[in-house]
Amino acid sequence: MGDALADAHPHLIEVSEVKLAYLARRVLFLLVVIWVASTITFFIPRISPKNPIRERFAELARTGGFSPQDMEKIVAAYNAKFGLDKPVVQQYFDYMGGILRGDLGVSLNKFPKTVWELIMEALPWTIVLIVTTTILSFIIGNIVGAVSAWPKSPSWVRTLSIPFILLQGVHPYLLGLLMIFFIAFRLKLLPLSGAYSVGIQPELSLSFLLDAARHQILPALSLILASVGGWALAMRGMGVTIQGEDYVNFAEHKGLKQNTIFSSYYVRNALLPQVTGLALAFGSIITAGVLVETLYGLPGLGSVLSAAINSNDFMVIYGIVLFIVVGVAVMMLVVDLVYPLLDPRIRYETK
Amino acid sequence: MTQTQQQPVLRVIDLQVTYYTDSGRVRALDGASFTLNPVEKMGLVGESGSGKSTMALAMMRMIKPPGRIEGGKVIVDDVDLTQLSDSDMRKARLSRISYIPQGAMNSLNPVLRIEAQMRDAIKAHVPEMSGSEVQQRIGEALESVDLNRNVARMYPHELSGGMKQRVCIAIGILLKPKLIIADEPTSALDVVTQRQVMETLDRVQKQLGAAIILIGHDMGLMAQFVDKVAVMYAGRLTEISTVKQMFTTPMHPYAIALIDSLPTLENKGVFKGIPGLAPALLRLPPGCAFHPRCPFAMDICRTEVPALEEKAGRLVSCHLYDKNGNRVHQPGEAVLQR
Amino acid sequence: MSATITSPAAGAPAVPAPFQQPPRRVLVARYLRRNKSLGVGIAIVIFLTLFTIIGSVTIDTAKKAYPLAVKTKQPPSAQFPLGTDWYGRDLLAAMVRGLWQTAVIGFLAGAAATALGVVLGFISAYYGGAVDKTITGICQVLQPIPPFLIQVIIAGSIDKRSVTIYTMALIVFLLSWMGPTLVIRAQVLSMKERMFVNVAKLSGMTNLEIIFKELLPNLLPFIAASFVSAVFGAIFASFGLSVLGLGPMREPLIGNIIYYSLQQSAFFNGWWWWPLWPMLTLILIFSALTLINIGMDEIANPRVRRTE
Repeated sequence: MGDALADAHPHLIEVSEVKLAYLARRVLFLLVVIWVASTITFFIPRISPKNPIRERFAELARTGGFSPQDMEKIVAAYNAKFGLDKPVVQQYFDYMGGILRGDLGVSLNKFPKTVWELIMEALPWTIVLIVTTTILSFIIGNIVGAVSAWPKSPSWVRTLSIPFILLQGVHPYLLGLLMIFFIAFRLKLLPLSGAYSVGIQPELSLSFLLDAARHQILPALSLILASVGGWALAMRGMGVTIQGEDYVNFAEHKGLKQNTIFSSYYVRNALLPQVTGLALAFGSIITAGVLVETLYGLPGLGSVLSAAINSNDFMVIYGIVLFIVVGVAVMMLVVDLVYPLLDPRIRYETK
Repeated sequence: MTQTQQQPVLRVIDLQVTYYTDSGRVRALDGASFTLNPVEKMGLVGESGSGKSTMALAMMRMIKPPGRIEGGKVIVDDVDLTQLSDSDMRKARLSRISYIPQGAMNSLNPVLRIEAQMRDAIKAHVPEMSGSEVQQRIGEALESVDLNRNVARMYPHELSGGMKQRVCIAIGILLKPKLIIADEPTSALDVVTQRQVMETLDRVQKQLGAAIILIGHDMGLMAQFVDKVAVMYAGRLTEISTVKQMFTTPMHPYAIALIDSLPTLENKGVFKGIPGLAPALLRLPPGCAFHPRCPFAMDICRTEVPALEEKAGRLVSCHLYDKNGNRVHQPGEAVLQR
Repeated sequence: MSATITSPAAGAPAVPAPFQQPPRRVLVARYLRRNKSLGVGIAIVIFLTLFTIIGSVTIDTAKKAYPLAVKTKQPPSAQFPLGTDWYGRDLLAAMVRGLWQTAVIGFLAGAAATALGVVLGFISAYYGGAVDKTITGICQVLQPIPPFLIQVIIAGSIDKRSVTIYTMALIVFLLSWMGPTLVIRAQVLSMKERMFVNVAKLSGMTNLEIIFKELLPNLLPFIAASFVSAVFGAIFASFGLSVLGLGPMREPLIGNIIYYSLQQSAFFNGWWWWPLWPMLTLILIFSALTLINIGMDEIANPRVRRTE
C-alpha cells in the first residue's frame, strides 16, 4: 500500500542503475543536438556567394596591389589547400571527422589563426559576462517575481517590481544604447566601450582587472535588466500557482508567520521549476550577448562571430556556433543532474 | 439541549460572511449562531455551497478577498477571535482552534520532511521549546494518530493518502487546542481508511478533551461519530439537534427531506431526492431560502426569514413551529408520518 | 396547499425574479479595468494602430520614408514634426511606415509560427504514437540551439539585395514554431486525459466534431497567448537582425533606423531626434506586448486574478 521505506539499501542500488541509464540517455540526446546544430550551421553559409579567402585577399590587394590574375591564382591555391574546391558534401564529412578529432579548422579570413585560438582568445570576456549575468538575473528576477506575486508583500515593493517585469520586453540592445547615451556619454560615469581602457596592457594584475571590471558594468547591466523581467514574469506565474496550493493554505492554518510561509512554503516550491529554465536562459543570454558585445565593442565570442559572418569566414562561424551549442547542452545536462538534489520527489524515480 | 454546567468552549454569534464578486454580492453565511461545549462533537452538514466550509474558514479568520467577515463573534474560551489583531489570530491558530483540511493529499509541503513541517508549526507558537522537547511532541503526536515515529523523517510523497490525512490530524493536535475543525477529513479516502481516520479522530479528541466540529455530507458518518448535528442551507443554519433527535424526529422540512432521502434497509432501490435545486446564493429567494422547495411553505415563509430559536429541545429556524415546538397546521394538511 | 412532499407548494411564486447578468460590454469593461495589464497593453496597441493607419492615409510614406526625400538633418519642427535624418528621410513618415512593416513582420511570422504550432501540437498530442515522438523529438532537439544565432547566420549568408520584410518574416518564422507546438501539445494532452473528451466520444461525436466543438474552444486562451508571444518574439528577433545591419536595409524598419543613426554617430553629432523616435516606438511596442502577455497570463491562469 505504498508504506514507509523499510530498508534503504536495496533501494539505493535501484536508484543508481536508473540514474546511469538516464544519464546515458541525456548524453545521447545532447550529442544529437550538437550534431544537428553543426549540420545546420554547416550548410547555411554555403548559400552565400562570398568566399572568405577572396575577401581577405581582396582586402590585401586593395592595399598591397596584386594584379587580379595573380590574386585569382593565390585564391585558387588556397582553395585547394583548404579543400574548398571539393564538393560540399565531401567537405561536410571532412569537417565532421575533424570535429571528432578535436580539430575545428583554421580561420579562413584570419589565417593562420586556428578557429580554436580565436575562440580561446575571446572566451574569457564572454564567459565572465555571461556567467555573472545569468546568475545575477536569476537571483534578482526570481526574487522580484516571488515578491510581486505575494499578496502580503508591502505594496511599494510590488509597485517597484512592475517596471522590472516590463523591462523584459525591452531588447538588451536598446537598453544598452540608452545606457551608453545617458550614463556613459552624458554623465560620463562609466566607459563607453571596449573591454579595457585604451593603452593598458592586458595582464593579470589587480589594476587591470578593476579596469576591465569597470568596462563590464554597463554591458552586464544591459543584459541583466533585459533578462530580469523574464525570470520575474515566470516566477510570478509560478508563484501565483503555488499560492493557490493547499499546502500554502494549510501553512497559514497552522499559524505560521508570513515570513516562514514565504520562504519555506512558497519560494522553495516556486523556485524549483525555475531551475530547469536555467539552461535555456543561458542560451538566450548568449544570443543577447552577441548583440551587446557588438554594441560595446567587447572582444568576446559575439564580436568574433559578427566579424566572421560579415566576411563569411565559415570555419569560424561553425566553430563558434558549435562551441555555444555545446556550452548550452552541457548546461542542460548539469541542470538535469542537479535538479534531483533539490527536489525530493524526483529522487526516488524508481518508486 | 444539553445543560451546560461549564462554560461552552465555543460560542458563534451572528456570524456573517459576504463575497463581493463581479456579478454581485453573495451572502455566503447569514447570521450563523451556535454553541459548543467542551468534549462535544458537532457535525455540520449541508450541500455544496451551503456555507459549511465558509463557516470553518470564517472561524479561522481565513476568508480571503473577495470575501469578508461582515459581522458576528467567534468566542473560543472567552476570547473573541474576530477582535484579535492579525498577529494574535495567527498565534491562536493551531493553539486555540485548529483546522484539519479536506483532501490532505496536497496539504503537506512536498519539499519538507514531515518533522520539519511539524517543527515549524511548534516553533511558530512556542519558540522557546527545546529541540528535544519538540522531537518528543512530534513523536507523541504521530503515535496518537497511530503512525510510526519514523514517519517524521519522510517526505509527503512517500506516504499513502490515509497516512497523509493522519499526519494532518497529528499537526492539528500538536498544540493541544480546545477546538478542532475537521473539514471533510475522509472524503477522498476509501471506506476502510475512512474508519481508521474517524477512529483516530475520536481517540485523539478524547485524549485532548477537545471539542470537534466535523464538516461533511455523509450522514452515515455523522450518525456514528457526532453528538449533535447542524444542518445548513443557503448560508443559514436550519436546525441543530442531537444525533438522536435529528435521525428520529427532524423538524425543519429540509432536514426532514435529508433524513428521508437516506436509504434504509427496507426501501432498497427506492430513492427519494429533494425536488428543485439549491438556490444560487446570488439570487436568494426572499424570506426563507427553502420555501420554493418546501412542501409546508406558508405565506409568511415567503416574506419573513425564520429565526433560529429553541423549540422542542433543539434549535430550528422554521415558521412551521410555534414556541412550544408544535406544528402550525393548515386545515386539510396531511400529517407527516415519522 | 398540497401536503405531498414531492410537489412544490402551489401558489408559491414559481421562480424568484430572473437575475439579470450585466450586458457583455459592461462585463468586458469591468474586466479590463481590473486586469490593468491587458487594458493598458491593448490601449497602447490601439494607439499605435491608429497612428499607423492615420499616418499611412495622410502622409505620402512611399516617398517620404526613404532617403533623399526631404532636407537632411533637420530637428523637429512644424514642417517635420519628428525631424529628418542624415539620409533625408522624413522621420514621421519613416515611423509610420516602419511601424507598419514591423507589425507586418511580427504578425506574419507570429501567425505562421502559431498556426504551425497549433497544427503540429494538435496532431502530435491527438494522434500520439510515432507521429508524436517525431514531432516532439524534433522540437526538443531544436530547443537548445539558440535561434537568434541561426537567424543571424542565415541573414548573413543571403545576398543583401534579396532581403525584404517578407524574407525576414520567413527567417524569423523558421525558428519560432517549436515553442507554440510544445505548448499546444501539452494543453491538448492534458485535455485528452480529461473526461469530457471521452464523454464526447461516447456520445457519438466524430473526431472532427470533437476537435472543433470541444477542444478548440478550450484551447483558445492558449492559442491567443502563444500568438502574442510569437508576435513579440518575431518583432524582437527582427529588431535584433536589423540592428546588426542584416535586414532589408532600404526599408525604414525601426532597427534599421537605429542602425543607421549609430553608423552616423547621431548621438555624438547632436542629432538626438534621429534615434529617439525609433527607440520610443520600440519601447512602446515591447511594453504593450509584454503587458498583453502578462494580462493573458491571468486568463490562462485564473488564480492570478486580483479582485478588490
